[in-house]
Amino acid sequence: MANLKDLKNRIKSVKSTQKITSAMKMVAAAKLRRAQENAEQARPYSSRMSAMIASLAAKADASSAPLLLVGNGKSDNHLLVVVSADRGLCGGFNGGIIRSTRRHVLKLQAEGKTVRLLMVGRKATDALKREFSDLFVETLENIQGTAVQFSDADMISQRVQSLIDAGEVDTCSIVFNKFVSAITQEVTFRSLVPAEIDDAGEAEVVEGAIAPNEYEPDENAVLSDLLPRALTTQIYASILESSASELAARMTAMDNATRNAGDLIDRLTMEYNRTRQAAITTELIEIISGAEAL
Amino acid sequence: MADTTAFELVTPARVMISRDAGMVVAPGVEGLFGVLPRHAPLISTLQRGVVEVYDNGQVTDRIMVDGGIADVAEDRCTILAERAEKLDAGNQAAVEAQLQAAKDNGQDSVVDFLEAVLVALKA
Repeated sequence: MANLKDLKNRIKSVKSTQKITSAMKMVAAAKLRRAQENAEQARPYSSRMSAMIASLAAKADASSAPLLLVGNGKSDNHLLVVVSADRGLCGGFNGGIIRSTRRHVLKLQAEGKTVRLLMVGRKATDALKREFSDLFVETLENIQGTAVQFSDADMISQRVQSLIDAGEVDTCSIVFNKFVSAITQEVTFRSLVPAEIDDAGEAEVVEGAIAPNEYEPDENAVLSDLLPRALTTQIYASILESSASELAARMTAMDNATRNAGDLIDRLTMEYNRTRQAAITTELIEIISGAEAL
Repeated sequence: MADTTAFELVTPARVMISRDAGMVVAPGVEGLFGVLPRHAPLISTLQRGVVEVYDNGQVTDRIMVDGGIADVAEDRCTILAERAEKLDAGNQAAVEAQLQAAKDNGQDSVVDFLEAVLVALKA
């Protein structure tokens, strides 16, 4: 029979764990609202940017188009930007990213391509260090959370551009957790180079065809100014999405943990009371049989 | 057709301004250009400079942008800028605080821009 003191200690420790998890849930929920707002406020910028790119891309002819838009036609060297979290305790958030990255890298390698990784966030870096550390181009930490800086995205973007310009990589894509809702996040791959033109942008092209634009200075100059910005914007948007997803995942995970702790406390309390009653009964029997023996 | 242009200034962080304006003057790479209603469709890159928004012939808003893109159509003018700050006296303290933060983080390009904003504010 478990002894009373042990049970009491056990209940106490589960209770303090529950306090921590519920506090973490609260913090994540509060931060999530901010991160979600940030992600939403960044949307107009990126959607207008991609609309512009789409209308320009339709006009640019493939042979003279800048590298960032169409790539260089090869796909031997691939750069993958992996966005994960700096901290754990957020359910399957990091696990999902790590698993998909590993699978993707192995698949590309099996096809005979060279893969390089640009890691954002400590968790995926740590998990993939043993297997793929020789593929790492750069590892970055501490740029996520509620205050994602545009300049950080700019830095990553410049790094990607320099690799592209130097011809060290041919194509580039980013993998991150897309924020679907507070309880669902999905691991998403998006191609950065060549640029992926989304459907919303294509609808805009049709409109653009009716009103032919003038370009100042000229189409190519505008395009080559716009593309690095668009790249940065996509990276920025992905990091924002990932931050919001991380907080949402943490909120859900901590909510579950709090509920599990509650269940455990209920069970332990029941056992504690049962044990206490058993002890009292035993004592009573002892007293009564002692009295009868007299 | 309305005699105003739907003006929008969007930064990555937020939609900074979204309202109707009589005229917008933007610092294009080939010189300042004004956008009145029914302007021909135009996409232009911008250099660092001041975007001025006019209503009834008066300047009502001045915003410093650090380069960007302007997308002009007949009835709207959208400016996308990575960095933008409103030039009004009430904003000075906020800019100074940002400048300090940027200096602490060693973000040279941001520091450069914010210093230019302060100069323009004092002028």
